[in-house]
Amino acid sequence: MVRGEMTSKLSIRDLSFTYADGAQALRQINMDIQANELFVLFGPSRAGKTTLLRLLNRLADLLDSTQRTGEILVNGRDIYAPTVDVIHLRRRIGMVFAVPTPLPGSIYDNLAYGLQMAGIRDRQVIAERVERSLRQAALWEEVKDRLQDSAFALSGGQKQRMCLARSLVLEPDVILLDNPTSGLDPISTAMVEESLFELKQQYTIIMVPHSVQQASRVADRAAFLLNGEVVEIGSQQQIFIHPKDKRTEDYVTGRFG
Amino acid sequence: MTRQQSQKLAAGLISVTAVIVILPIVLVVVYVIVKGIGAISWEFLTQPPSNGMTEGGIFPALLGTIILTFGTAVAAIPLAIGAAIYLAEYAGDNRITRAIRLAIVNLAGIPSIVYGLFGLGMFVLFFNFGTSILAGALTLGLMTLPVVISTAEEAILAVPQEFRVVSLSLGASRWQTIRHQVLPHALPGIITGVILGLGRAAGETAPILFTVAAFYLPELPKSIFDQTMALPYHLYVIATQVPGMPLSIQYGTALVLLFIVLSFTLVATVIRTVMRRRREW
Amino acid sequence: MSTVDEAPVSWQEQPQADAPARRNWAELIIETLIRLSGISAVVIITLIFLFLLKEGAPAFVQVPIRNLLSARWYPIEDMFGLLPLLVGSLLVTIGAVVIAVPLGLTTAVYLGEFAPPWQREILKPVIEVLAGIPSIVLGFLGWVALAPLIQAAGAATGLTAFTGAIILAYMSLPTIISITEDALYAVPKEYRDGALALGATQWQTIWRVVLPAARSGIVIAVMLGIGRAIGETMAVMLVTGNAANIPQFGLGAFFQPVRTMTATIAAEMGEVAQGSLHYSVLFAIGIVLFLITFLVNSLATRFIGGRTRRRGGQI
Repeated sequence: MVRGEMTSKLSIRDLSFTYADGAQALRQINMDIQANELFVLFGPSRAGKTTLLRLLNRLADLLDSTQRTGEILVNGRDIYAPTVDVIHLRRRIGMVFAVPTPLPGSIYDNLAYGLQMAGIRDRQVIAERVERSLRQAALWEEVKDRLQDSAFALSGGQKQRMCLARSLVLEPDVILLDNPTSGLDPISTAMVEESLFELKQQYTIIMVPHSVQQASRVADRAAFLLNGEVVEIGSQQQIFIHPKDKRTEDYVTGRFG
Repeated sequence: MTRQQSQKLAAGLISVTAVIVILPIVLVVVYVIVKGIGAISWEFLTQPPSNGMTEGGIFPALLGTIILTFGTAVAAIPLAIGAAIYLAEYAGDNRITRAIRLAIVNLAGIPSIVYGLFGLGMFVLFFNFGTSILAGALTLGLMTLPVVISTAEEAILAVPQEFRVVSLSLGASRWQTIRHQVLPHALPGIITGVILGLGRAAGETAPILFTVAAFYLPELPKSIFDQTMALPYHLYVIATQVPGMPLSIQYGTALVLLFIVLSFTLVATVIRTVMRRRREW
Repeated sequence: MSTVDEAPVSWQEQPQADAPARRNWAELIIETLIRLSGISAVVIITLIFLFLLKEGAPAFVQVPIRNLLSARWYPIEDMFGLLPLLVGSLLVTIGAVVIAVPLGLTTAVYLGEFAPPWQREILKPVIEVLAGIPSIVLGFLGWVALAPLIQAAGAATGLTAFTGAIILAYMSLPTIISITEDALYAVPKEYRDGALALGATQWQTIWRVVLPAARSGIVIAVMLGIGRAIGETMAVMLVTGNAANIPQFGLGAFFQPVRTMTATIAAEMGEVAQGSLHYSVLFAIGIVLFLITFLVNSLATRFIGGRTRRRGGQI
């Protein structure tokens, strides 16, 4: 189904990307992601999923000597245009990494950091937004009395939810989740997945899942990536139950992994 | 010889050579302490030399060393840390970066006397500072630069990459990331490197020979354009240029100098160990 | 809609609001200062070379080459033969290397392969102490303690190239030991395990497998040790006797007094008139020293592989 550029939240057009060592990570990627949907990028390892995420918030800018062709449009505007303020962009497109990565300092410090770097000084405003984001990440009740404790003292699942809250506190448009539940126990995983259903009402979520099962649980729509190419894109129903491409079917049913 | 025998022989010989290396070091330190401790007293440390240097204390030289070390810090630290930040965070993999690194390695290898020559030519003569604390501190500062740059860069690189990436992903700029998520955690390592570098500078003679050191000054220096006495040069002078110099004072001077320099090393090591334990990650 | 930025500006345009702009200016200044600091190393070393050249060039221009290459260093009579000084530096350095390399290598091997952890905890700080002892202190001790010993052992005088070589050897040891240690440590564990599994003794493993594998690192260690020895001033000034003669050939040469290039500069610069020929020749010696150490260090760096680091890499 073809949707117009103007109505998609995020559009990727003919995106190709090559690393400094010559390895081509992405070939001619095309996809449209709608506002407030939970869009999943899945596929075997080294398929280019993480690379694609890193391009969406321009973290890939940090790498030297890479080559990129194609466009990425958010709200209809090219995010690589020369007039774009990358820093502002990264506040609007947040990211949660696969390994929980607290910054040294207290839980409060972690959450306030992004706001402080943006120039917000009002302690009242910061405190309110910290609480709001922790509630959205389903962590508020557990840490509300120990916000000054070191963030490293949290459990794995709590750390990850804190990292989620850390992105949410900036009130982004889009949230990129790179395998956010890897290494988490089943209960924490369920809690994170649970909060995603609420979050997508406010945000657009693009996620690399931990497994095909997780993908089929949470996705509104999904794209199957293989060797840097998009094999198939479809809704949860289509792609996991009636995949059109044989490769998708093989992967979804576990014939290769 | 069987294999077992050669193993035992080798192990034995190697252990012996290790002793040959270690023992004299210990002996040297103990010897200086034993022969020099007798001369140490409050007067020794606070009085100037008298009677043609054969009596009295080392205060002016001690003060001079302290002043020069402080001056070295001022001259070297900002530049060194800036260069270290550049190399660790901004430099790409290109010819300029390689040139900078080559320059640093070579600066580290330049003989201290050559630094003295340069200090003479540039600061004393060309800039017309004359033999002065200013010229001496600048010369010592330049000499200390490569060492501090290297240790500071290492300390900065040791900060986990994750902190930078997370910081940037939260919309911080590159400098904000360095200032808030890199430098604070690299600081102990940087301070360690600075202290070690300053300790080395405090003990150096050759760079100050033509740039600041004075044989004997009747008065203490009043400005940075004045000359000053300094401990390393003082030791050289009283050991070789003063007839009838009591050995005890020579050893006492050596002991004070040794003590100062080794204290720097000790403080640096303590800071490094303490900070490593306090790290959250 | 995000309330993060001061003004409701979308990220597609340059931020017009005041705070971000102010942040940009201050950051620009800071980052420029940082970049300038980075370049400073290159600027400084170029300046050093240029100044040495400026003050030393007159020597090469005004003193005939035959004079400079002669064997008489007698500045009072305008004889500027550099040969005795070169030979002096060479003797002392070679002597130091001959002593320091075997000692340093075996100590590094001991630390890396034989010593139990508790010994390592003690020995490594001791070596760091050695690295910290000021050269003037070692020179002083050589002068008052070591030289008399050597004289008592039968030499005509205790102030010889040999005395200098001993002191220099110990001064170079920390460098040689630590770099060799790193090189040995870098040898993959599989090499050792493989040899041991084939029945080799520990010593055989070290001699035939580990040391050859660490060869390039060891070469670097030796070269940097040499660089350190050539450049040393105060220690050799006090113990080598300061006789600017070329000693006779043979092993006995080591037990003659000599004069190194570094000591010459240190001893005589205080007494020359600025701009005089003697002054220029001393700077010329400085140029020679600069070039020698530049050569040694650049060669050593060739051996060291570059360190690559990917920024923004995977988490």
